[in-house]
Formats: sequence, C-alpha cells, structure tokens
Amino acid sequence: MSFIYIVPIELEDHLFLETLEGLISDIFQMKTRRAEFKINLQEVFDGRRSQYNSSMVLQQLIANPPRDAEKILGVLDVDLFIPILTFVFGEAQLGGTGSVVSMHRLHNRFYGMDEDRDLTSRRLLKESVHELGHTFGLIHCSHPGCVMNSSTYVENIDQKSSEFCPLCLKGIRKSDVDTAPRRLFTFPWHSRKG
Amino acid sequence: MKPEEIGILIVDDEASVRDSLYQWFKADGYRVDTADEGTRALKKLQENAWDIVLLDIKMPGMDGIELQKRIKGIDNNIVTIIMTAYASVDTAIQGLKDGAFDYITKPIDPDDLSRLIRNAVEKRRLVTENIQLRQHIEELLLPEEVVGESPAIKRVMDMVDTVARTDATVMVLGESGTGKELIARAIHSRSSRRYFPIIAINCGAYTEGLLESELFGHEKGSFTGAMYRRKGKLEMADKGTLFLDEIGNISEKMQMDLLRVIETKKFTRLGGDKTIDVDFRIICATNKNLEKAIKDGSFREDLYYRLNVFSIVLPTLKERREDIPLIARYFLKQYAQSMNKDVIDFSPQAREAFTGYDWPGNIRELRNAVERAVVVAKGKYIQIDDIAFPFPSVSAAEGVESLEEMEKRHILKILNQTKGNIAQASEILGISRLTLYNKIEKYNFRKDELNKQYL
Repeated sequence: MSFIYIVPIELEDHLFLETLEGLISDIFQMKTRRAEFKINLQEVFDGRRSQYNSSMVLQQLIANPPRDAEKILGVLDVDLFIPILTFVFGEAQLGGTGSVVSMHRLHNRFYGMDEDRDLTSRRLLKESVHELGHTFGLIHCSHPGCVMNSSTYVENIDQKSSEFCPLCLKGIRKSDVDTAPRRLFTFPWHSRKG
Repeated sequence: MKPEEIGILIVDDEASVRDSLYQWFKADGYRVDTADEGTRALKKLQENAWDIVLLDIKMPGMDGIELQKRIKGIDNNIVTIIMTAYASVDTAIQGLKDGAFDYITKPIDPDDLSRLIRNAVEKRRLVTENIQLRQHIEELLLPEEVVGESPAIKRVMDMVDTVARTDATVMVLGESGTGKELIARAIHSRSSRRYFPIIAINCGAYTEGLLESELFGHEKGSFTGAMYRRKGKLEMADKGTLFLDEIGNISEKMQMDLLRVIETKKFTRLGGDKTIDVDFRIICATNKNLEKAIKDGSFREDLYYRLNVFSIVLPTLKERREDIPLIARYFLKQYAQSMNKDVIDFSPQAREAFTGYDWPGNIRELRNAVERAVVVAKGKYIQIDDIAFPFPSVSAAEGVESLEEMEKRHILKILNQTKGNIAQASEILGISRLTLYNKIEKYNFRKDELNKQYL
C-alpha cells in the first residue's frame, strides 16, 4: 500500500494538518500518513534574501523517501523562493514524488490583516492539492476555477476552488497512479458559503 | 496559442536560475529548454524554433546584448526578454534599443513574470498571425497574371519591376483593352504599398460633380443628396495607390484640383474645412493622346508633367500576336473552371482563327471571345464553330484578299462545318465531288488546318 506522506517541517501549528490530511485523502482517494523527516532548513537559508530555497528543501524532502511513499508533501512556515522569483507559495516535481508548500504567505497577518484560520486552512488545502496535482503530472490549467489554475498572488488562491476541473481530473486518472481520485469532492465550506 | 505550441529558451550561466525558470515554465505547459551560454543558445536556436528567449545580460563569453543581436539576426520576430541581477539603465536602454520585448531584474515577482510571459506570448501570437495574414493577403492580392512571353510584354514587365520599387507617378498608356489596370495592379502588388489598398476610379465614368465627390468625399449636407459624411477615394487610398483610369477625360476644374492634391498631398472634403493629409501613389491610365490634348488646350501641361513621370506604353494584342495562344489558353482554363466545364484546349483550327484575328478590342475582346466559346463548347476542345468573331480577320491595312484566297478559306470553312464529309461539302459548295477533291489537292490544305479525325 502506498501513501501520501504529509511532512511538517519545523511547523509551529500542527492543527492545520488535521483537516488537511482528511481532505487530501478524500480528494486523491489515497491514504495519508504524517511523518517527520530530517530536514535542515539552515542549509537552505539565503541570508541576503532572508528566505529559504524551495528547490533545496524539495531535494532534502525526497532524498530518502519511505518505501510506501507514493507522494510526499512538505508543509512549513518559512518563506520560500526560487532564484529567479521573489517568492513562491510552493514547489513540486512535475510528475515526480515531492512537493512543498509554505504557509508564510497564506496567513492574513502577512498582508497586515486580521488572522483568519479558516481562510488560511482553505488556502493551505488549495496550495497542497495544487502542488500534489503537479506531482501527478498536471500542468497549470487555464480554467479560472480549477485548483490547477496558476496563483501568483494570494487573491488568486482565494478566487479558485480546491477542485480539479473535469479535464485535469481526467489528466490525473490518466497518470500511472492507480489510486487517482474517482470523484470531485464538494467541500463543506462551499455549501456553507452557498 | 496553446502553451505547448510556445517554445521558451532560457539562457543563463546560473544553473539555479535556469532550473527554476525551467520548472516554472514547464508547470505552465510550455516547451522549454535551457542553455548556459551564448554559443550553445545559438546552436539550439538553429536546431529548433523558439518563440521567446529569456537571456541573462551578464554571462561569460558572449554577453546578453551581443547574443540578442545574433538572435535577431536569425529571426527578428523572436521575442527576447533580458534578465539581469544588477539593474543598470544603460544596459536596459541598449537591450530595448536592440529590440528586447522587456527587461527584468532578478528576482522577479511571480505575478510580474506571469504577466510578462502572457504579454510576450500575445505579442508572438500577433506577430505570427500578422505574418500569416500578410501571406494570405499576398495570395489574395496576386493580380491576375500578366500572361505572355513576347519581347514586347517582357519589356513592359521589366519596367513594372523597376518602377514598382520607387514611389514615382506612373502613366500607363495603351489602347482600350490592353490591360492598363492590370499593369497598375501589378505595380502596386510589387511595391512597398502592397499591404494597403489600391483604389481604382474610372474618371470617364462620372460627371464632374460626382467625380469630385468620389475623389474628395463630402461632409453631410454639402450638396443636395449628401445625407451622410462620406470618405473619398483619396482618403481610402491613404498609404496605398490611387489608380486613375481614363485620366484624359477629366474637366479643367478637376485637373486643377487634382494637381493641387498631387503637389500638397492635402485636401478638404466637399463642404468641409478640415485639411486632410494623405499619402498615396498615383498611377493613371489613358488611351487618349494627351500631348495632342495639351496642344488643343483641353489638358493642363503642368498636370501632364506631374503625372507622366514614368510612362509605360502597352503593346496591342496584334503587336504581340505570339502571346495570343498563351493568353487564350489562360482564359480558357479560368472560364472552364468557373463554368465547371471539361473544356481543355482549342482545336488547331480554332487556335489558328484566334491567332489570325487582329483583336481591335485587345485582351478584353479576346477574353470575351474565349468566354463565349467556352459557353457554347460541347466537347473537350473549342471548335471553329464555337467562335463568333469574324476569322481570319481582314483588316483594311492588309488589303483585300484575292478570289483564290477567299475560295480556299470558304472551302476550308465548309469542310470543317461538315466535319470532312466530302459529299455534304460538295453539295453545299455547289460543286462536284471530283472538283472538290481537285481543289483540296490544289490548295494543299495543311493537316493542322483540318481536324485530324476526318482527314
């Protein structure tokens, strides 16, 4: 049996992962497993930018994967970057195993606004599904509501849903993972919001 | 354009930049490749087609500015984006001057990069679309071919090629039906104005007032019946070519107005006071002897010299008789196709009749004759009976034919009509079969004068 590993990396508030794990399991129809990996964040810190190199985090994350790890999702608090960009929300190996999501810019407080845990939680889910979607071989989708729609600022994340559009869903089904999702999951907050 | 149809090449000596951009664009679905320095980038550009190149300005060996110049040398339409870690106004200006689409300082905001690439893709799409449309227009604009192999028409086409490259006013002279408008269109389609319209106006077809309104346009209410503001042909021909046919037929006032427009390239609409600037090339045509018209005072000398900067005299069809079969076959093909008829050629007699005729109406008359022949043709070949013009022509200049020649022609005609039936032909001719045989022997009709199937 293979799992989606959810790996907190020096994460302060593990409560966010409680909801995340269940939803990811439902969406991808795969069991999740939480585990701590040995990741040295100091090694990937860029002093000039005061940020952490996400590609290097990813390298450490997939260095020694557990045998039953089909996919690995790292979740951390620190701000991530790739050399050409000022920041990234996350990074993933296209069609690979590893993905990483930073919560740093998902909190309202980063933008000088009141913290909203529900909103942060929703953003974390969307970014996690998005990055995991890449590991299933999906590229960015032009459908505005699809979770695979590219997000370059936080409002983008809020505008899209946490669901795959039919085309992307088909794309995941085509990928060689036999445990791909078989249905779209309607999230409780969608119905609550009406 | 779909992302997979766009190729992005990243040129940077820093592996981390190459890799991160590679991943970023891959996730967007683009076709991506990287090169760590200029020479390798140029090699990749030769091997594959790339739409967008992101290049670092500071690289060991060939720098970004030099690389960009070389890329533009390979394909000027490739969208180049310059990247640098150290913003410097000088290099930015130089890069943009050399044709860079944009200039970014590393690191770039993800949203800015997304927008930049979206715009670059859009630019590339527009450029590609523009190239395709231009090709399409060129195909559509290909004027009806100027058909002919004769030295006379080759000389004309040489002149067309020469003058097309300039912006000189051209006067096309020639008898009615010699293809003056075709030559005007050939000049336009070979000129740098070819992507703009060629506006043709037959000056002889309008009264003075109407011609004025046609050329200059008019404001609403400028005359009775001017219900709306209307652009004139001069405005429509802006950046293109204005073809004035039958220029010899315009009134003195019109001549004066036209001269003013040609000299100033400015005019006002009828009833308007706004001066409109126009940029057009004039090609005019006439079958009148303008020099004679100048002498008798009906055509302004100054206008004549303005218009007659370069003149092309078209030969009559009679003067290039050797082209007649070519042109006739060209029209035959056109009409057979448009009428959906399986007519493929002329019978030898029909061809001879076409070639022998003098065509006073020139190509226009020839075209009409071919059209009519295709309409009535029953088989694959146009027969002599399908032809309506009086063949072979006997022009006054060539004198009257002898009785013997007339007899020979008449016998040939009847033989063709009866499809070589001697009994029938002799009956029509009112002579005995023996006499007919003797006459055939006497005139020694060439094989190609009679349809082969009945000889």
